[in-house]
Amino acid sequence: MITTTAIESTAELTEQERAQAARLEAVWREPTGFWGWFKAVHHTTIGKRYAVTAFGFFLLAGLLAGGMRLQLAFPEAHILSNDLYNQFFTMHGSTMMFLFAVPMMFEAMSVYLVPLMVGTRNIAFPRLNAYSYYLYLFGGLMFYVAFACNTGADRGWFSYVPLAGPDYGPGKRPDFWAQLITFTEVSGLAVAVETIVTVFKLRAPGMSLNRIPIFVWGQVVVAFMVIFSLPGVVLSSTMLLMDRTCNTQFFNPAAGGDVLLYQHLFWWFGHPEVYIIFIPGAAIISTIVTSFSRRHVFGYLVLVLSLVATGFMAFGLWVHHMFATGIPQIAESYFTAASMVIAIPTGAQVFCWIATIATGKVVLKTPMWWAIGFFFVFIMGGMTGMFVASVPVDLQVHDTYFVVAHFHYVLIGGAVFPLFGAITYWFPKVTGRMLNETLGQLTFWLFFIGFNITFFPMHLVGIRGMPRRVYTYQPNMGWTTLNQVESLGYVLLFLAVCVLLVNVSRSLRSGAIAGPNPWNAGTLEWATSSPPPQYNFLHLPTVNGREALWDAAPNQPIVAGLPDDARSFLITRTLDAEPEGRDEFPGPTIWPFLAAVATSIAFIGSIFTPWGITIGAIPVAITMIGWFWPERQPAQRRRAREIWQSE
Amino acid sequence: MILFHVPGFRGNQTSLNPVGPGAEHIEFEFALIFWITVIVYCIVLIALVVYVVRRRHSLNIMPEPIRTTPESDRRARHAVGAAMVVTVLLVFTMLIGSFVSGHALGKMNRQSAYTIDVYGHQWWWEVHYPNDEPDKTVVTANEIHVPMGVPLRIHGTSRDVIHSFWAPNVQGKRDLMPGYDTDVMMQIDQPGRWRGQCAEYCGEQHAHMSFYMVAEPAQQFQQWLAQQAAASVSPSSPQVTRGQQVFLSHACVMCHTIRGTPAGSRVGPDLTHLASRSTIAAGVLPNTIGNLGGWILNAQSIKPGCRMPPNHMTGTELQDLLAYLETLK
Repeated sequence: MITTTAIESTAELTEQERAQAARLEAVWREPTGFWGWFKAVHHTTIGKRYAVTAFGFFLLAGLLAGGMRLQLAFPEAHILSNDLYNQFFTMHGSTMMFLFAVPMMFEAMSVYLVPLMVGTRNIAFPRLNAYSYYLYLFGGLMFYVAFACNTGADRGWFSYVPLAGPDYGPGKRPDFWAQLITFTEVSGLAVAVETIVTVFKLRAPGMSLNRIPIFVWGQVVVAFMVIFSLPGVVLSSTMLLMDRTCNTQFFNPAAGGDVLLYQHLFWWFGHPEVYIIFIPGAAIISTIVTSFSRRHVFGYLVLVLSLVATGFMAFGLWVHHMFATGIPQIAESYFTAASMVIAIPTGAQVFCWIATIATGKVVLKTPMWWAIGFFFVFIMGGMTGMFVASVPVDLQVHDTYFVVAHFHYVLIGGAVFPLFGAITYWFPKVTGRMLNETLGQLTFWLFFIGFNITFFPMHLVGIRGMPRRVYTYQPNMGWTTLNQVESLGYVLLFLAVCVLLVNVSRSLRSGAIAGPNPWNAGTLEWATSSPPPQYNFLHLPTVNGREALWDAAPNQPIVAGLPDDARSFLITRTLDAEPEGRDEFPGPTIWPFLAAVATSIAFIGSIFTPWGITIGAIPVAITMIGWFWPERQPAQRRRAREIWQSE
Repeated sequence: MILFHVPGFRGNQTSLNPVGPGAEHIEFEFALIFWITVIVYCIVLIALVVYVVRRRHSLNIMPEPIRTTPESDRRARHAVGAAMVVTVLLVFTMLIGSFVSGHALGKMNRQSAYTIDVYGHQWWWEVHYPNDEPDKTVVTANEIHVPMGVPLRIHGTSRDVIHSFWAPNVQGKRDLMPGYDTDVMMQIDQPGRWRGQCAEYCGEQHAHMSFYMVAEPAQQFQQWLAQQAAASVSPSSPQVTRGQQVFLSHACVMCHTIRGTPAGSRVGPDLTHLASRSTIAAGVLPNTIGNLGGWILNAQSIKPGCRMPPNHMTGTELQDLLAYLETLK
């Protein structure tokens, strides 16, 4: 018998539970006031900040896209100068990739949802988490302040050398770009470590590896991919910065350097990056399809293995961004094969989702509409992916608008459609209020139609020979009408996002009260009130199946015995999630914020002088010492802690 | 398999209107992938829509989850398994097609090929026709005359940043990279002017870096080559002589070569036979007196950021200079 009884939401609280809640509340309360804002360390607080910041950058990059569409609506137009246009497309690409897609799909989603979904009270290393957020924020602010001062990056989101090198990239524009990469990498790596530890060690008892929600699996795979891929771009952007500021010659062919080396390092990161963005999207689709088909997802094992396989294969196809550089034919064959074969795990996921729908009861609420839109758009992107995977065809479509169309279908289809679905799906959990259904569907249709009007003609204009990254084109090329259609589509996309913002702001004030589990969904984040209290769960849950709430036994046990006078949490074993020990989370503190300020000064300083890192390391060290300074604990607590740690 | 004689794709910068074996092989693979993916896309999405409509739950509440068992999922399991088998087969079909096209491209005859050197510059193309006798080497810019029906070996590299040489009707693109030499084989079987454009972002004027491949019968090509190999004509009238003096006494001489005069700098395009080219500024403007005059006075207003500085000269000086340049057939 399946029961959907939420573990604590339906039961009235007893007197004893109320007292416990008050004690937890006292222990977990986030600090208030102006300075309190900088001390917060709870994952829901930081996760919300990540999401709002990343969405802000999404809007900025979207406005830049509007500027580009305006410029390209007319041949030989002078609405934007070539210099400004080059900054616009570089800022657009860099923002979407580094300041929106990864921070939103991975960092925001992972930080907010993963601890709730695995049933624990906070993310592992909460202070590191706060630090990572501030670094991300400061990196993004630096990038846009530089742009406002006419120092916006203008060498493309990839900043190839030698174009971005010291000889052909004068000024400080590429340096700001390189340091933006450093900022976002540090924050991404920090969240990757937190996610892996949270999922491997902090899961609710009973949530063995084969019961972890697919969404959480997706985030774990992404976390590993971040750890293995980001070092590539760390290296390339740092070497670029050193070539520019310290006269190293890594990429200077005249001095024995190599321009192709940069591309290998960059795409070692750059291709997995695409899957870092898409895998959370796929994991969201698995979640939404499950909840709105009202059944356990079909082919759980296939879905998880597909995510893992995609994560591995993503590291085997970076060279397909470099086919036009003229690589040896044997290498071409290998990378063509890898690029095509990666369609197989993705195909497996699509078939499993359709099978879930075909054998479920489909409820067409807004999140499900976004999932359906995802199928139409993302699969189209996957199909055009077959063209670019084939070396000969790629040699024709590479760096044309065909590719622009392809990756917008893949990335908007694979990340933004799921993201908008996720926003409608989890908004009630985060805010406690429902989004308006009518406005939600209006957003969907505007976005879906606008998206296709904007991006479908790009395939055609690309086949007609229009290269990417051109600030204008000549009137007799036969590209004008298609470009004008694309620009009109942008208007619909713009309206769609406006409607979404109206919907969000209205619902924040007057949306219907959601209750703990408005979608009657099965994962653990729905087992607590909406929004969750700062201790997440009054009773830490245990798990009896893949969908914890749907599979809960009538008397599903709860975790008892953790002291509620400290921020304590349960450690479980990686494989079977049997309880293994307990520990305490650190509390709120200002130090991560100060450390992030010190780190930012060092990073930004190094744009102007190589001494930036050397001297800047001193304040970083001071703030880190403050951060890790042992806290005085009452003797009794310390003894108790020593006892459990020795057990 | 030639499925793309769609009116919209008949241009002179279109990969689906091939004029040589290179682009033809690619079009074959393009068409193969196109038809497979279109059919798969339609089937998958029709299946999705049918199931959503059939399994739609009309109530406005979230119903209780369905209980599923391995037996109840058996049909779905078979269907997904079958779909996976078809997917794998189709992927391998496209893969083999890709290898076949790649092999055909690689097999193009290198031995008997006619070699042309192309050097990418910010933002124009330097073209050399090497000759065993160095003084017969032809240097020109942005217009690549080639003999029809002859295999061509385009040997390229870059003088500054990375560019990509791409004439879609003829062959796929190839990056020209500083520090690397690259060869790409091509052949043009139809006479005409086939447009190409830089396809790798190369800075401020990436948008204005086009070229033409002019395919002509072998005899006509040889005539053209002989004419281009000659030094520039000597001035034949007082105005033209004054124009040559203007050229040699202004900044022009700092960057440009006119063979037969003291001007020998290699920074900008070789102007020995400027008047025989049909466009200026890498395909931006038709080569007319008016355009040329505007370009000389203030190239920055036409192609902002380009290396050509504004030139200050009197009206007469400009008239003389233009008259001289007009003689450089």
